[in-house]
Amino acid sequence: MLTKRIIPCLDVQKGRVVKGIKFQELRDAGDPVEAAKFYNEAGADELMFLDIDASHEGRSTMLEVVARTAQQVFIPFSVGGGISSIDQIKDLLRLGADKVSINSSALRNPDFIIDAAMHFGSQCIVVAIDVKKQAAGNWQVYLNGGRISTGRDAVEWALEAEKRGAGEILLTSMDADGVGQGYDLAITRQIADAVNIPVIASGGAGSLKDFSEAVTEGHADAMLAATLFHFRQLEIRQVKEYLQGLGIPVRMDCYQ
Amino acid sequence: MHQGKEKIAIIDYGMGNICSVQKACAFLGYEGVLVEEPEKLMTATKAILPGVGAFGDAMAVLDEKGFTGAIKEYVAQGRPFFGICLGMQLMFAGSTEGLTEVSSTPATSAASTPAASALSAPASASLTIEAPPHKGLGFFPGIIRRFPTDAGVKIPHIGWNLVEHKPDSALFAGLPSQFNAYFVHSYFAGDTQAHYAAGLCSHGLEFLAAVEEGNLWAAQFHPEKSGDLGIRLLYNFLRRNPYAD
Repeated sequence: MLTKRIIPCLDVQKGRVVKGIKFQELRDAGDPVEAAKFYNEAGADELMFLDIDASHEGRSTMLEVVARTAQQVFIPFSVGGGISSIDQIKDLLRLGADKVSINSSALRNPDFIIDAAMHFGSQCIVVAIDVKKQAAGNWQVYLNGGRISTGRDAVEWALEAEKRGAGEILLTSMDADGVGQGYDLAITRQIADAVNIPVIASGGAGSLKDFSEAVTEGHADAMLAATLFHFRQLEIRQVKEYLQGLGIPVRMDCYQ
Repeated sequence: MHQGKEKIAIIDYGMGNICSVQKACAFLGYEGVLVEEPEKLMTATKAILPGVGAFGDAMAVLDEKGFTGAIKEYVAQGRPFFGICLGMQLMFAGSTEGLTEVSSTPATSAASTPAASALSAPASASLTIEAPPHKGLGFFPGIIRRFPTDAGVKIPHIGWNLVEHKPDSALFAGLPSQFNAYFVHSYFAGDTQAHYAAGLCSHGLEFLAAVEEGNLWAAQFHPEKSGDLGIRLLYNFLRRNPYAD
């Protein structure tokens, strides 16, 4: 049975981790590769780098981060942020990234998902979807880190992304993100039940219970978290032991 | 005595992320050499066939570049060969990729665009089962099939899943009898009772996680992405005596 994955997310700007990482063990806590190694040893099942800079200069430093990570970390990792061309994906995969996450570029040009999946296979194309709950009770998709509403229905867009060749959906609730009061279980469940590809829940993890509920209530296949792990409010192992105690399959042999 | 900077041929035929395999070899003290010309395979003492993507496309590229014959010749000489993911699938007789599965029901998410349906979406009802499957390298007799969409599991099979292996397996030597490995695939080899079955995994149904027969080893999962245990398994291959088989 597939285990539920725990995915720490690292926000990277100009080759440095931002949003702060409080690891005293690390010689250089701002180095994304040091952080990646730390999380690998802590039992992360996968890693996500989010390039929040996405300038030309930022991109080349990201490539360097990818290359160095791939030399030392042997678990899957994804890169997202400002990816809008086949060449960019080619560079990232070539240097050792396993997947790329595309967001705004997919919304602006949905055929980009098809192109990317045709070139590299669906398995390495993650479509990231940022959603906000509307007064009417549905969820809409937002662009540019939640600044621009597309007016598109979240479930409908997830289904379209799947149809166009997305291999996974990374679903972030803009309402829940950074609040630490739990993932948005309702929309996670709606999307996880609607598509037949894995769904990664993101935004809002604040306690152990949030992780289990993402699985039991939200039907998520994987859970992404940033702040919670960076500030060591919870250790990955703690989360996994908690899930295991509830009978949720997790990868524990990384601690042997 | 073969440790150190022994060169490992990594067959580079343009299918997927081979860089990770190369870097994992380097991490273990071996030099992974990307081989783009079949002739260069003939001087190798160990070869890895990686790959991610479509079976038919991959075989077409191997044929076109002259790798199909070169790999068969290399393998016939008894030299160690390791297929990973699609590389493992290509070692079988063939694949039904792109053809309708008899056992599966059409998915509700069937692609509406020709481009998407060609790559990974469930086969459309207009394709018939009579069409011949894509032919593989044929080292193992099985046929690669797509996971049925009616088994209540998500496809692709992405993530960490439990592999159980035969106790006497050389590929899994020194590894726990069961452990989680990282998988990414939509097709599988199902001949779980075959004598070459070395490791099994389950995703809606039981399938081959790894095979082993003489100089031929292969894993459906990605050892180069399966953490420390995966790296140990890759090391079992890298340190093989190339002249033992």
